Amino acid sequence: MFTSKKLLLLFSLTFSCSIITALAQSPNLGIVANEELIKNWNTSIGTEGEELPPGFGNATNGRSIYNLQCIACHGQGGEGLLNDKLAGGHGSLTTNQAVKTIGSYWPYATTIFDYIRRAMPYLSPKSLSDEEVYSLTAYMLYINNIISEDMIIDANTLPKIEMPNKGNFIISYPNN
Amino acid sequence: MKKNIEFVAANGLLDRRSFLKGGAITFGSGSLGLLTASPSSATDWPNWMTKPGTGLSEYSHRSSYESHILRKTAPLLGTDGSGSSRTPIQYLQGTITPNNLHFERHHSGIPEIDPEQHKLLIHGLVKKPLIFDMEQLHRYPMISKIQFLECSGNSRPNLSKIPPKGSCGDIHGMIACSEWTGIPLNILLDEAGLEKDAKWVLAEGADAASLTRSVPLEKAMDDAILALYQNGEKIYPANGYPIRLFLPGYEGNISVKWLRQLKVTQKPMMTREETSKYTDLMPNGKSLMFTFKMGIKSVITSPSPSLKLGPLGYYEISGIAWSSNGKVKSVEVSADGGSSWAEAELSEPILSKSLTRFRIPWKRDGSPSIIMSRAIDENGEVQPSRNQLISEKGSQVSYHNNSIQAWYISSDGEVENVYV
Repeated sequence: MFTSKKLLLLFSLTFSCSIITALAQSPNLGIVANEELIKNWNTSIGTEGEELPPGFGNATNGRSIYNLQCIACHGQGGEGLLNDKLAGGHGSLTTNQAVKTIGSYWPYATTIFDYIRRAMPYLSPKSLSDEEVYSLTAYMLYINNIISEDMIIDANTLPKIEMPNKGNFIISYPNN
Repeated sequence: MKKNIEFVAANGLLDRRSFLKGGAITFGSGSLGLLTASPSSATDWPNWMTKPGTGLSEYSHRSSYESHILRKTAPLLGTDGSGSSRTPIQYLQGTITPNNLHFERHHSGIPEIDPEQHKLLIHGLVKKPLIFDMEQLHRYPMISKIQFLECSGNSRPNLSKIPPKGSCGDIHGMIACSEWTGIPLNILLDEAGLEKDAKWVLAEGADAASLTRSVPLEKAMDDAILALYQNGEKIYPANGYPIRLFLPGYEGNISVKWLRQLKVTQKPMMTREETSKYTDLMPNGKSLMFTFKMGIKSVITSPSPSLKLGPLGYYEISGIAWSSNGKVKSVEVSADGGSSWAEAELSEPILSKSLTRFRIPWKRDGSPSIIMSRAIDENGEVQPSRNQLISEKGSQVSYHNNSIQAWYISSDGEVENVYV
């Protein structure tokens, strides 16, 4: 049986809780996202590569895919055509004719996989399988003399690759 | 009341308040550009005054006499949806960029997004990952801010060895200013609840390039807006419909359009856009990353190349100034290539991280002149000369060119881009 004291306590607890909710003043209209959805959307690859998918590839396979899907814009062996040159340019960054390629400029190998998978080929992005993306990534590293033609590129090996220009990047934020 | 003309710097620059103070100014014997028109006969009405005009309409268009004022498109080779289009700032006045003329920079065209299908996911280092549809987002508290947006590569043509031809907009037209209305991002991040290690937020767009950039959490919690409206209208497709991230004062690329997810992380994700692009290579071969701020800058939009001047006499020199760090404090104008400077009038409102319109009266006497503007912000930061910028950053610099623009005006009124 409730005493009046208990009722008062119950009332004041209820009342103060509603006050706190009102003070938080946030609409809280979002729906908690389920794991399945997050897994499907969470495709960005960080520098440690923990988000990399299963699968593997090598430069030999990558060359075949490149010659079908990429060569029209990026030229034979990544030498550049309508669009960015992807290979070469080593040693050019301190000259007046800096050539920024994957090999001469890009600091992280994981970025190659991430970018190809989300944005390439230009006319049909997201059409390649993860294995094809691994192979193209391997081919990009191979044409820049960073790996051998037969090296297997996968979730384990890719994040460990040291890009030649990595040490030359300085994070300016928050100093700008 | 008549008063004497007050020159305040060489080659005809007048006191900025000459006209605001009231009273006519006399130029020697004649008054300033006041011509007497011959009276027209009462029956000589223009035809638009002699019959009713066109009807009401559901959507307005500008005068057909203004239809030549267009963006300059510069697509990347082999594409029509990547690259940029530039705002013709030489034809605009005030500070607000019309939505139809806002510059564009896309990396894989403009997606045609159905707002009923579009969602925003917030996840990563948060206590409660959340997903929102557009209807839910539109119920959130909103703010409106009039702020500039500038592409990091704006004014790049002026870094070439020879001064480029082209209009002011062709060179500097990747700048715009709008009233952005939307949800302060910190509200949604607070609802999701940040974990202790949270330091960065990866923003991803729903375009074909799924463009991604890492945003410092401090900025995301400070003044970031999830913009839904642009100058009162729903944000235009070219600007990120139905929702874009807007980061005041930061290089445009990081204000990710067509926003579909925000992933809270401990470290930046080192995406293609923040490593191979949008980094500043210095002469020693080192590169600066995450140089977000656009700095202090100004440019004279009129007179400028492609706008040939008419008869000698009175003109107004006018332009825009802006700063990543806050408000523009002053703008100085020179008409003699930087030997003498006069302060321009700043038109209200002068807002933080926004465009400010400056104006100064000028009597063109026909002697060749080089006009320039130099802005200073409330933190005392001064816009650098082109030489200063290049000596600091090197000749290979390609982003964040905020240096002073000089326009040469010949005796016959042609305006040309020059380096001084």
